[in-house]
This record gives sequence, C-alpha cells and structure tokens, in this order.
Amino acid sequence: MELIIVSLLNGLVYGMLLFMLASGLTLILSMMGVLNFAHASAYMLGAYFAFTISQHIGFWPALILAPVLCGLVGAGIEMFGLRRVHKNGHIAELLFTFGLALIIEKVVQMTWGLIPVPYRVPAGLDFTLFKIYGTNFPAYRAFMLLISALMFGAIWLGLTRTRIGLVIQAALTHPEMVGALGHNVPKVFTGVFAAGTALAGLAGVIGGNYQVTEPAMAFTMGPIVFVVVVFGGLGSLSGCFIASLLMGMIQTFAVVLDYSLADLLKHFDVVVTSTTPFHEVLLVPLSRIGALLPYILLVLILVFRPRGLMGTREA
Amino acid sequence: MTTQSLPRENVAANGGTDLMRRVLPWVIAVAVMLLVPWLFYNWNTGRHSGFVLTMMSEIGLMAIFALSFNMQMGQTGLLSFGHAILFGLGGYCTAHALNGVKAGTFWWPSELIPLIGGFGGLAFGIAFGWVATKQRATAFAMITMGLGELVAACALMFMGFFGGEGGISTDRVTNTSIFKLVYDLFGLDYRSLGINYSTPWQVYCLVVAWAVIATLLMRLQTQTPLGRIANATRDNFERVQFVGYDPARVRFYQFALSGFFAGIAGGLYCLVYEIITFDTVAAAKSATALLAAYIGGAGGFFGPILGTILVVLLQSGVSLLSNAWLLYVGVLFIVMVMYAPGGIIGIIAQHIPIVRIGRMSELIVPYIRVLLPGVLLVFGFVLLVELTSFTTIGAAQGKHFKIGIYVVDPNTFLPWTLGAAALVLGVVWLRLESRVFRRKWDALIEDAKAKGAML
Repeated sequence: MELIIVSLLNGLVYGMLLFMLASGLTLILSMMGVLNFAHASAYMLGAYFAFTISQHIGFWPALILAPVLCGLVGAGIEMFGLRRVHKNGHIAELLFTFGLALIIEKVVQMTWGLIPVPYRVPAGLDFTLFKIYGTNFPAYRAFMLLISALMFGAIWLGLTRTRIGLVIQAALTHPEMVGALGHNVPKVFTGVFAAGTALAGLAGVIGGNYQVTEPAMAFTMGPIVFVVVVFGGLGSLSGCFIASLLMGMIQTFAVVLDYSLADLLKHFDVVVTSTTPFHEVLLVPLSRIGALLPYILLVLILVFRPRGLMGTREA
Repeated sequence: MTTQSLPRENVAANGGTDLMRRVLPWVIAVAVMLLVPWLFYNWNTGRHSGFVLTMMSEIGLMAIFALSFNMQMGQTGLLSFGHAILFGLGGYCTAHALNGVKAGTFWWPSELIPLIGGFGGLAFGIAFGWVATKQRATAFAMITMGLGELVAACALMFMGFFGGEGGISTDRVTNTSIFKLVYDLFGLDYRSLGINYSTPWQVYCLVVAWAVIATLLMRLQTQTPLGRIANATRDNFERVQFVGYDPARVRFYQFALSGFFAGIAGGLYCLVYEIITFDTVAAAKSATALLAAYIGGAGGFFGPILGTILVVLLQSGVSLLSNAWLLYVGVLFIVMVMYAPGGIIGIIAQHIPIVRIGRMSELIVPYIRVLLPGVLLVFGFVLLVELTSFTTIGAAQGKHFKIGIYVVDPNTFLPWTLGAAALVLGVVWLRLESRVFRRKWDALIEDAKAKGAML
C-alpha cells in the first residue's frame, strides 16, 4: 500500500512533467506535421537558462523569463529555418530539427561545460510537505504538480474557449480553409511553435532541478517524449495526457517492482538456472527493464495501431 | 536526382570502350586507396603511419555503412534513426565468431570473417525489418528510433552477448587465412608470406577489398528489378501498389539487404579495432551514417562515400585540434538541408549542364567572388566557436589557445570582436555576392536549357 501511494504520486509528478513536454510537441506535430527533434533541446535550454537566470536574479523571475527566451528561440527557428525547409517535404524538416538538436547539444556543452551544472531547488520550496508511511514528499514536487496542472488547465481553456484556440484547432485539420477565411496560417504556425517551445522550456525550468541539468538531458528525454506523443495519438491532446500519465506510472512502478520472468515461471514449476537458455533475459528484474518499456510500447503501438491511443489519423 | 544507369543500347553498341569507362573509375579508386597510405609511410623506420591507416580503414568501413544506410534512405525513401543496430549487432556476431575460431570451436577463413557480420546483420535485418517495414515515412523513422534505443539499452543490460560496458574484445590473428590453405596444399612454407592480419596495413587491405566488393554489390543491386521497384516505392508507393507490387514487402527486402551490408561494415569494424562496445549500436553511430549520407547526397549512389570521407576527416582530423567537430558537422548538415538538399553530389550534378555547353570557365570568377566572403564567414564562425569552446572545455584541460604560433588570450576583447566582425561582414558580403552569382548562374542554366543540355 505504502509503495503504491508513493509510486503513484511520483508517477503523477513525472507524468505531468512529460505532459508539459509532450503537449507542445503534439500540437506542433499535428499542426505542421513536423516531428520536432529539437523539442527536448528546448527543455534542456529551459533548464540551463533557468540555472543562469536564477544565479543572477533568482528562481521566480527565471520561471517566467526562461520559457519566454525559449519561446523566442522557437519562433526564430520556425521563421528562419523550418519555413525555408518546409518546401522540401517532411523528411527534410525532420532532418533539420535533428541537426538542430545536435547543434544545441554542442552549444550547451560549449557554453555551460560538459559536466552537470548545480541547478538546485529554490530554498523557499526546499522542505518536506508531508509524510506518508515514513516517506517524505518534498514541497517542490507539489509545486511541479501545481504548475503543470495550471498549465494543463490553461492549454485546455485556451484551445477550447478562446478565438485563437478555435483558429488553432481548425488549422490542425483544415489549414487551407483557415487560410481562405483570412487567417494568417504561417503566423499561427509560428505562434504554436513558439508556444510549444516555451512550454518545453517551462518544463525544463521546473524539471531541470528535479532531475539533473546536463548536456545529455535532451537526448535522454527526447525519445520518451516521442513515445508519449505517438502512443497518445496524433492530434489528440487528451490522448497525450493519458499517455503521459501512463508512461510516468510505468516508469516509476517498474523501478520499484523487483520481479523477473523467472519469478513468473516459478508458478508453473519451471526453475530457471544459469544453464537454461536465455536465462539472462529471464532473470532480469523488471526494475532494470523499466527503461526499455516505453520503447517496447512504442514499437508495438506503431506496428499494431499506428494512430495511437486516441489519435484521429496515422502517424 | 537519382543516378540512372546508361541506356542499354549504348552498352551493346560499343562494348569494349564502354566497359573500360565503367571499370576505370573503380580501378582508379582502388589504386588511390592503396597508394595514399604510402604518402605517409615513414621510410626511416619502415613503418606505416598508424593514424592514417586507422583513419582510412574507418573511412572504408563507414563508407559501406553509409551506403547501406542509403539503401534505405536514398533508394527506398526510408529514414532510419536506428541503422547502427544492424552495424553493431553484425559486429557483435563477428566478435563472438572470431573468439570461436580462435578457440578452435570451428574453422572459418580470416578473409571471410566480415561475412559472418553480414549474415548476423542480415538475420537481425530480417527480424527488425519484419517489425519496422510494416510502416513507412515518419512512423518508420519512429519505429527504428525505438528499436535503436531498445537495442542500445539491451547492450548495457545483457552481459552474455554484449559484454556490458566493457564490450567484447577479440584477437583478429586467427591464422586461418585462405593463403595458408593454398600454401599448405602445395607444401610451401606459409610463414614466409607473412599474411596473418596482425599489422594495420594487412587489415587495411582487407577493408579495401571488402569495401570494393560491398560497394560493387550495392551498386549492382540498384539495377536489379528489386532496386528499381524500391526507387518506385520511394517516389510513389500508391502507384506501385496499383502496378501489383506490395510496397511493404519491397521495403522489407531492402531493409534486410541493407542489414547484410551494415553487418559487413560491423564485421570490419570488429577486425580493425579488435573490440566491439555498446557505442556501435548507439544512436550517435546511426546519426553518423545519416549525416554522412545526407551531406554527401542521398540522391546519388556515390554521395554517401563522399559524405563519409568528409565526416571521418572532420572527425579524426578536426577532433585533434578542436572539441567542436560535431558542431561543425551539425552546422554543415543544417546548411545542406536548408540550401542543398541534394548534398555534395547534387551540387556537382547541377553543374553538368553548364559543363556540357562548355561555359564552365565563366563561373570561375563568380565562384572566387563568393569564396572570399565565404572564407571570411567561416573564419569568423570558427573563431567564435573555438573561443567559446575554449573558455569552457579547453581551459579546463590546461591548453593554450593558439592560432598558428600566436597564443591568443580568450579573456580579452580583441579576438571576440574580430570573430564577430568577420562573421557579420562575411554574412552581409556573401548576401551581396550571392545575388551576383545567382544572376550569372540563372543565365547559364537558361542557355543550357535553350541548347537542350539539361538532363
């Protein structure tokens, strides 16, 4: 019971963090058809910007400034890069963002160094909020939940209740029609791209000190965010939300469960020893396989249900 | 964009000279590959330069790898983000086979060791291809990325096959050369020949031989019916379906075959370095193939080879001088994606019509005029990158920042302003010059069109 509640909370925190990243990516992907490889790089940039800003001004201004900076970077990428590549097709766009992700990683390495930077939780939030069964629940995780929940609410309201949101929703499915009605679709694209990057930056600000702020963080986070987006289904924000939470739960629960296939086989009176074929595969505990599960899910869903959990069209 | 074979009638009409024309480039390529190491031969000690041989071996095996990647990307239109798993798994198979041969478990000629890697790559190509090729385009890219991450994670998890972080180390000197077999047959003393693949030079020769064989086979494959229908699925998979082919099956065959060649490259890697570690299956390796193929030009068959030479030279040459080689490759890649989607080979191909009308010489002056601001731009960019890189990474390693013999202090204003000024000036100047260039270029292309010299 203790295990379940603690893992549930941690999974929720991690899942919401994933959702902050994935929501922007899914909007960009479904609107522009661009699988943005540099999305996780914006997450990394957010963390590094926040680190530098919080050293000079403080954490709270960084919470606003870093995402804004990331948004500006995103708008620049869209206006001066992606738009140019767009005429060469989706694969060229994909390659463009891929190259961008490589460059951003190198630039981060060159600017902030190869080793992780000491980006810490702000002192004002560095206390234990409550205890469950003897396990501390830090206030910062609650803060992360709060921010991501606020953001989720803001996105949902913005997309469904505002005029701009309606235009964005329409541009997701019928860009030509929206353009014909007199809306500036390229501008909407730039706006969405910038907003998505800013969201990723915000995730970086609050996730950078929860995890580690290092140059490799984009390439460890990137694939998992892709998994979430594909798993949730293209064009579906709710699918993305469910997939994020699911992925957060899977990863946190897998870490604490120490069972292997051999344990399962024991129930069928099969004992696995070091002479059994594939004993290594059978003896690996779930806690070690945890990192693999998202990719197994990704491959499976793409093969058997390419439209994802709640997607409206195929990837 | 694609390289097409010559029209068939041509071949029949003048068989002799045409054969010469077809074979000659290969002969020249082999001669160059075998002669270049001698330029760096140290005649005093009687030794080859180890650095040059390793680099050239790397070029050879990475060229096979990039070409096999292009069998998917360029020929079939399948963008893979996990191609290195076929390379790496082929390498692991080779390493285990080599250890088996060494231990006397079974006999296998040294020269054909890379073939084991090829079969390993083929087997995994069939297994992964069965999963991945059910989809195409972006979904395929995602699946291969997932598979790549999966295998990379497994490589660190399962000790038995992958050897964990230490990898699997082997010994390439198995004394099972085919030459030994022949010599024993005639009762000659094999040791006088001295071929046992212990020296880098002998291994390099093996790499060259396999690179030529693999390239030739891949080249021929593009002209088989399968190769042609693969091009068709790339260009318009719906029409291919209408004609009665199954695009998924075509993709599958191409994937499995490219696995075979990637495995050969992996096997050669194993022979050259005598160790195979998890970074051969990692995403960075896949990225190298992608960068090489795209920079060289995915549209033409030989593009990836050009790209590989460039990338490996940057990797081994520039990485000695600078920490930022990957940044340069990345920037080059982005510039290519934005301005020259056909890669280097595409740029070359665009000049052919102008050469045909015999007006190439008129481009020399415009080229020089573009080159000058280009050099300035690159100089400014490199200076800024190196300064930044030095202040964070280089300084920690206790090095001095030098340009030639001059020691530059990166803490002063001067080099930074110099770099920034060169960059800005270069960009502005280049924009002006490129307009002039564009006008001249358009005029020449118009002329070529009028004379019917366009392809």
